[in-house]
Formats: sequence, structure tokens, C-alpha cells
Amino acid sequence: MKNDSKERSPEKMKQGVSRRAFLRGAGVTTAGTVALASGMLSFTAAEPAPAKTAVLGPGETEVKFMVNGQQRAVWIEPRTTLADALREHLNLTGTKVVCDRGSCSACTVWLDGKPVNSCMTLAVDVEGREVTTVEGLAKDGELHPVQEAFIEHDATMCGFCTPGMVMSCAGLLERNANPSLADVKTATSGNLCRCGTYPKVFEATLAAAKKMNK
Amino acid sequence: MANPNKKKIVLPVAPDTKAHAPVKHLYSKKVKLPYGVPGHGLTEMEREVSIDEPPALPINDELNVIGKRTRRVDAVYKVTGAAKYSADIQLPGMLFGKFLRSPHPHARIKSLNVSAARQYPGVHAVHVLSMEPGGSVERESGHDAPAETYNIDQLPLLRYVGQPIAAVAAESQYIANEAAKLIKVEYETKPFVLELDKARRKGAPIVFEKKVKDEGNEGDVGVEAADEQEGNLRGPSTGSFLGGPRGDVEKGFAEADFVVEGEFRTQVQTHCALETHGVVADWKPDMLTVYASTQNTAGVRDDLAELFDLPKSKVRVITEYMGGGFGAKFGAGHFGVMATELSRKTGRPVKLMLDREEEHLSAGNRPNSHQMLKIGVKNDGKLTAIDLTSYGTAGVGLGAGVGRVAQDLYECPNFRQAQYDVFTHAGPGAAFRAPGNVQGIFSLEQLIDQAAERLGMDPVKYRDIIDKHEVRKLQRAKGAEVFGWKYKKPGSDPGPIKRGFGMAQGHWTRFINLNSSATVRINKDGSVEVMSSVQDIGTGTKTILAQVVAEELGLMAEDITVKIGDTIYPDGPGSGGSVTAGSITPAVRNAAYKAKMELLGQVAGAWDVEIDSLEVKNGEVYSKTDSSKKMSFGEATKKMRTNQILATASRPDDYGGFEIGNGIGYGRLGSVQFAEVLVDTETGFIKVERVVAAHSCGRPLNPMQVESQINGGVIMGIGYALYEDRILDLNTGHMVNANLDQYKLPYSREIPKIEPVIIEHYGAFSSTDASGIGEPANVPTAGAIANAVYNAIGVRLYELPMSPQKVLAALGVS
Repeated sequence: MKNDSKERSPEKMKQGVSRRAFLRGAGVTTAGTVALASGMLSFTAAEPAPAKTAVLGPGETEVKFMVNGQQRAVWIEPRTTLADALREHLNLTGTKVVCDRGSCSACTVWLDGKPVNSCMTLAVDVEGREVTTVEGLAKDGELHPVQEAFIEHDATMCGFCTPGMVMSCAGLLERNANPSLADVKTATSGNLCRCGTYPKVFEATLAAAKKMNK
Repeated sequence: MANPNKKKIVLPVAPDTKAHAPVKHLYSKKVKLPYGVPGHGLTEMEREVSIDEPPALPINDELNVIGKRTRRVDAVYKVTGAAKYSADIQLPGMLFGKFLRSPHPHARIKSLNVSAARQYPGVHAVHVLSMEPGGSVERESGHDAPAETYNIDQLPLLRYVGQPIAAVAAESQYIANEAAKLIKVEYETKPFVLELDKARRKGAPIVFEKKVKDEGNEGDVGVEAADEQEGNLRGPSTGSFLGGPRGDVEKGFAEADFVVEGEFRTQVQTHCALETHGVVADWKPDMLTVYASTQNTAGVRDDLAELFDLPKSKVRVITEYMGGGFGAKFGAGHFGVMATELSRKTGRPVKLMLDREEEHLSAGNRPNSHQMLKIGVKNDGKLTAIDLTSYGTAGVGLGAGVGRVAQDLYECPNFRQAQYDVFTHAGPGAAFRAPGNVQGIFSLEQLIDQAAERLGMDPVKYRDIIDKHEVRKLQRAKGAEVFGWKYKKPGSDPGPIKRGFGMAQGHWTRFINLNSSATVRINKDGSVEVMSSVQDIGTGTKTILAQVVAEELGLMAEDITVKIGDTIYPDGPGSGGSVTAGSITPAVRNAAYKAKMELLGQVAGAWDVEIDSLEVKNGEVYSKTDSSKKMSFGEATKKMRTNQILATASRPDDYGGFEIGNGIGYGRLGSVQFAEVLVDTETGFIKVERVVAAHSCGRPLNPMQVESQINGGVIMGIGYALYEDRILDLNTGHMVNANLDQYKLPYSREIPKIEPVIIEHYGAFSSTDASGIGEPANVPTAGAIANAVYNAIGVRLYELPMSPQKVLAALGVS
């Protein structure tokens, strides 16, 4: 784990770093327990530490990572979340921020292929890693089968939870080609929808799985 | 100055008896329209209508686009993240706003110093609100002083935790958040009261010393506004647009063979739309442009024009995509006013979206209630008297009544009600998906079930005796069939986990907003647009408008470009009261019909045939009499003499006139729901296993979207019945669960199997004969679950939410 928070100025630590540090340490992502088990732990424990620990902040710092297959660089304050980096700095506003504390999964993106809550992930922690957002799910103008099924089965209403739902459901099909209804419910158990698209989200995801297996 | 948080739902409230009569037309014609339910004695109704009206639309079976399961025209932008919501708007030079809010439930501001905030690097402006924000206003308050020179005496009294005081505009959200905390305020705190029961008592801290303005009782649409106010008590309201008290309630109870009665309580529910309230305001010398997360673009424009003394023509409000609205997103709001002030001061666009906590505290809620309901019943089942007394608090707002269901759902000659608002030091309530009726049904439907049990009758059959509404009768029959309804003895399951079945019904008035206009444009290249300021809040408005235009022009829904949610187009209705589909679709069809007739006139001229020999269908324009005259729609439009054909139309009165008052067509939106639950008598947990929801919304325009709306209503009803509860700390007035994890909502694992049953019901009311479905779908759910819980455990629950502790307490376990 990068131990950068210790090297920050005390002023910065007052300005919300402690909360973020806590969130990161807690690592709870409701995007799916898989993300907790393999996503967060792997990068806190299994990943090799950078060769030389960088001192970041309090000013803006450059962070480079892959977004939807392209190398991107952003100048951000170290406290910037991945969600804010995507939305405010890269204009990738498909990723939504709803609760800003990891309880609604509207901000779900894939980090190295696994669903995480981008509001609970610091942008500096994705240096050199690969992020997939809802904008990057369609390939060569072809929608992902989950996206197609969401349209076909009316799994969108206001659409504000939809990007997170799509990323959770597509993430499920990446790791489980034959999910049951219970599997879909588990994969979306952190995704809040207030309009009530759940029944159609379940229907669409199961239909997409069927189609992908054909 | 008007209060920016008011004017939430623009609905007719007072009945205007003169408006019953149909509008007279200089040139009229008679049309025969479908009337009733297909398969259940469908007939025709002849109506005299304006000569401008299009021909009668046949039932859905005979149509190509309307009534068909049609994909949302904007779904592809939602699933790919391309849809831009107000929260996503980024403009060059845009600043970010952040409020400072009251940390006290009742306090006077002794001093206020903004200089540290103003000098913080990256801050461009600070503005102090000097008008009363939110809720009700005292009669003489409300002068908007210039912000830098505010007079401390003109600052509003703080009456709830979360009341906005001031805001900053800065170069990033992080900077704004920090700077807002640097505004120094000294408070003189005062005694406060949060609880409904305590606020009613003599000697309770008073929320409003003076009588408050009643700017429309929008929290509880339709219940007659009361004017009396004593202490924190406002009311009673004794009637609604459906009438006042009737008969003699005492005599009715004397005639009753038995009485069922109960005392019921419901909680405060917050809206929790995923996109919070907020705007991006861009003040330019020649135009104020505001991107708003609103259910009413035209209403926000009107508010801002009035508040900033601008002509309506210089205010533009845009809501291209909107992240959910359930009744609270009307009007400019304190955030809209603040963002506009900050933009005016800085000359830059300002984004001011509430954060999740602010959303819970200050942006509306469904008021709680305490209801005393008593019903007299004869041994033959007939009701002899209904007596209702209710108290509810919308905090510093009004509108905490419990609706019109006790008054009107069942036949009963003697009725009396006294519904009171109680002020408390809490955030203002707002309209919330079938305001009042949702609270009221929880008590009414449980008592009706009690009466059925006392009579030894099946609850479904019992309602056939006392409910004369024909469509609900059909809903009961169809719903019971799909559900496999069979009466089960309450509490009869062995073992700790008990299964129960229950049902409840409800209604919602069919409201129409006559300020509903649209333009249809046919371009020479064959492309077609429909334009209105009406917004799609997730219900699927864009899609039904495309369907209606496509049906009229013989095209497919995806051929139509829908441009709505922008006040540069003709005014559409606000999306509240379930008015949207019934109000805007007739205007759209009429505009499409006009444009079509213009096109056909030009084609008929070019072909030298009679205009009425031409037909438009399946993407072709052809002559019914001469098969050589035929071309595709796109070829036909090339015959146009000008580049465009434009036609605009507005919603006419209901065919035959409105049944009750101007804009109020009564009694169409009945609903019946059946629920199956499991109750764990050891832990107190309730799980809803299955819901069958039978509904009607006139002509269903897009059954797939109607199903989605029904699903949504049921799921929101489950949240209300079992989980959701705003919890205030009684020592501080702070909401302790102002987030989305401790404010428990239904997530995927709480979703039962939901089976919507749609009854296609024609009433010959308009050129589309459509109605809304959003609110009716949310009315009966908590009642059906409560009756199912009773059926499972044999003990009634009188209080929402039906949490495990309440179940255990009712069972005497805890």
C-alpha cells in the first residue's frame, strides 16, 4: 500500500484526507463482494509497492492511467476521487455520483476488469492501471449485450442508476456466463435504483447472458 | 416576493362548478370514440368536439405504434453514459457553489461574517439568503437584500437543521466546500419541537409566531386549504374538491351494526431521487439560462422570471435528462435562486447541486401522520359512517393531510373529516407520489379488511359490495385470478415463518393541465420533430410522444426526433399529479394531425387528387382510390412547397367537459394490489414475496413503460411499508440517517416478483384518451402488505414502517 498520506502536509490531512484514507482502508465497495475480495485487497496487499514512494500534494499532481483503452493523464489534487477525475477532468460524466460514500454503486467502473465504486477510490491509486467506464463498454460501435438487453427490456427509467447497473451486470457476465436470478441480485445488491427498474434489470441481464451463450 | 420553494404542483384545487360544462365550439363535429374495456362490454361514446380535432383513434389492437411495447427512444444514451443530466453539465468558466446551512433547529443569527470565505483562494462570490427559504413564510417576510450589505435583522429566523443561510461560488467543488465552512455565524439558539404530538401541546415552542401564507396546499394536492392557525396547529381541513362533509355521521354510527376503528401512524419518507436537486445557472446580460433537475421546466422559468424581475422571454430552462423526480422537484428552489444570484454576481455559470445530506434535510419529504379513523358498518356490509381525524407534520411546510381516500373510495352516505397540519422545526415537506392518499390508504384499507373479517367475508368479495367503481371491480377480478387469490385464515401457518396474503386498493384523481402545448415539424428531408417544454423525468414521456406522432404520420417511433425539456419550445405541463401523459399527448397528436393534413394538402395538390382520398401508413403516402399514386413518406415530403411544415396545438378540455372542475376529470385511475409476504415471528423480519398490481391508465400508450411505472410504484411502496424512515435526533434536531445506507431503501434483494396487470380502459376523453400511472401505482402497496402481514401473523400493525421491532412488539415477543 502506498503510504502517501503520511507525507502530506498537516493542512491537507485536515481537508478530508482522513476521511478518504479511512474509506480506502475500509475498502468497502458495494459494487459486489468480489470487488472487495479481489479488487481492493489485491491492490492493498498483493500489488508490489512503487519502486520509489512519491510525495504527492498538496498541490496538483499528474496521474496517468488507461481509460477505456486510451492512455490519459490528469492534473489533480491528491484528494480527488476517481469518480471526480473521470467526471470533472475527463468529462466522462456517464459515471454518476449519487451517495458519495459507497452505498449506491451509481459510480461503478471496472478497475483492471473488476467493478469498484469510483467514489471510494482515489485517482492517485489508479496510476498505471486500467479503468473501464460505461462509455467504454461498447466496442467498435457495437453495444455490449447487457446494454442491448437493457434497451430491449426497458431496464432504464430516469437512467441515473443505469451506468452503474450496466457496469455491475456486465461485470457479472464477464465472470459468470450462466448466472441465476440470485446471482444477478447479488451482483446488483449494492446498486440503488429509486425508479424501480430492478425487475427489468434482472430480466435484461438474464436475457443478455442467454444471448451471449448462443 | 414569492417563495421560490412554493408553486410545486400546478394543479387545480378549488372546484369551479361553472367549468363542468363543455367548451362551446364555433364549428364542431360528432365523433364516436371507444368507450369501456375491450372484452368487457366495450362500446362507443359519441362526443361533440371541435372541428379541429383529429378523427377518433381506434382501440390499441387496431394501431401500429401506440399501445405497442416500444423501446425508449433515449435508452441508448442512458446505457452508454452519453445522456447529459444537469449534474453533468460543464460550461466554460463554470464555478461550483456550496451552501452553509443551519446547524440548529431553531435559532436567530446574531452575527454573520463572510470575509474569510470571500478571501479564500479560488472563491469568487459569497451570497447570503435574506428571504425565507423553503416551507411556509410569514406574511411580512421576504425582502431580498443586496448580499454584501445585508441587514442582520432581515436575515430569516432559522427553523430547521439544514435551512440554507448563505453560499459561496468557487473554482472547484472542493474549494467551495471548504470556503462555505469559513462563513462565521453566531447563533442565538431557541427552544424547538420536532415531534408531532409534542408540537400540538399548549406551551410547545412555536414555529411560526404569525400566521403563515398559504401558497397552495401542494403537499397534499386537493385537500381543501385550511386557514385557521393556533399555536403550531393549522386547520382543520374538512373537505376537498370532491366535496365537504356529507350526511350525519352520528346518525350513521347509530345505524351501524358494528364499528371498526383504529389509530394509525405513518413515518416521514424522503424522496431520494438519485440526481439531487440542483441547477447550473448561467446569467448573461441578454439571457438567463438554467439547466435544472426539475419536474417542471416552465415552472422554474416562471419562478426565476418573477424573482429576478425578468421577462419570461429572457429566461431559458433546460432539462434534457433528469435523474428522477417523485414530487419534490418543482419550482426554482433555494438552490436555483442562489445559483442565479451567484452567477449574476460573478458573471460566470454556477453549478449548485445539493449533496446527499442536503437532499434529505432541505429538499422535501412525505409528511408523517397520526390518523384516527372510525367506520360504521351494517351486517350486510354497507358502510353507514366514516369519521377521520388526522394530524401530520410537514415540518416548516404545509400539506400533511392524508388525502381523499376515506372520503371517496367507498360508498358511504355520512362522512366527516378534520385533517390538521402541525408545524415542527424540521425540513419542509413536499408533494410525494400520490401525496396524502398513500398515508390514508394504510389506515382505510386495514379497517375495511377488519370489517370483512368481522362479517366473515372474503376481503375481495366484500369490496365488490361497497365499491361501485366498475374498473376497480375488474381489477379485483383480474388481479385475484393472476394472484391465485384464496382466503387464508389469519395466523394459521405452523412454525415460526408464516405466510400471508393481503390486498388493498386505492385511487388517484385524473388531473389535466391545460397549459400543455407542442409543435410538430415536418422537414423536407422527411425528418420529423416534436417539441415541447415538457420534461421526461424517467417515466418515458419522450417515447410516448414519439409513438403518438409516429402513429399519426404512419412512421415508427424511432423516426421521430423528440426535443423536449426546454422552455424555448411551447409550454408543456409540469410532471406531477400524474398529469403528463393525459395532458400533453392529446396536444401532440393534434399538432401531428394538423401537420399531416398540411402535408397531405400539398401532396394532393401535386397529384391533383382529393385530400381525403390520401392515407399515410407504414412509411408511405398513397391514394386509396388510385393505386398509381403512392410514394414513401420521404418522397412525399420532397413535394413540400417550403422547407418545413410547422403545426402547434394545445390540450383542449376533456371531450364532454371536465367531470368535476377545470382540469379535474374524476375517478379513472383506480388500482388494486395483492401481496404475499413471509413474516419471521422470531426475528420480526417481513419479506414481500410477490405482488400482483392491477391498474388502469386509460389507453396504455406503451405497455412496457406502464409496467416499469407499476414496478416502480410497488417498490417505492415496499420501501414505505417496511424500511424507510427519517430519524431525527430529538436532542439536536439533526437527521441521523441523512444518507443512503442508514436511510434504508429497497435494493435488489428486497425486490419481490411483481406482476403488473394493465386494464385497457377507454373513456372518450381526448384524442389519445391516455392517463398517467405514476401515482396510482404507489397508493395501495403499504395497505396490501399490512393486510398480508396481518393474514400471516394474526396481529395487526398500526404503524409504519413495519420494522422487525414493531412486528416483535405486536407479537408481544420483545
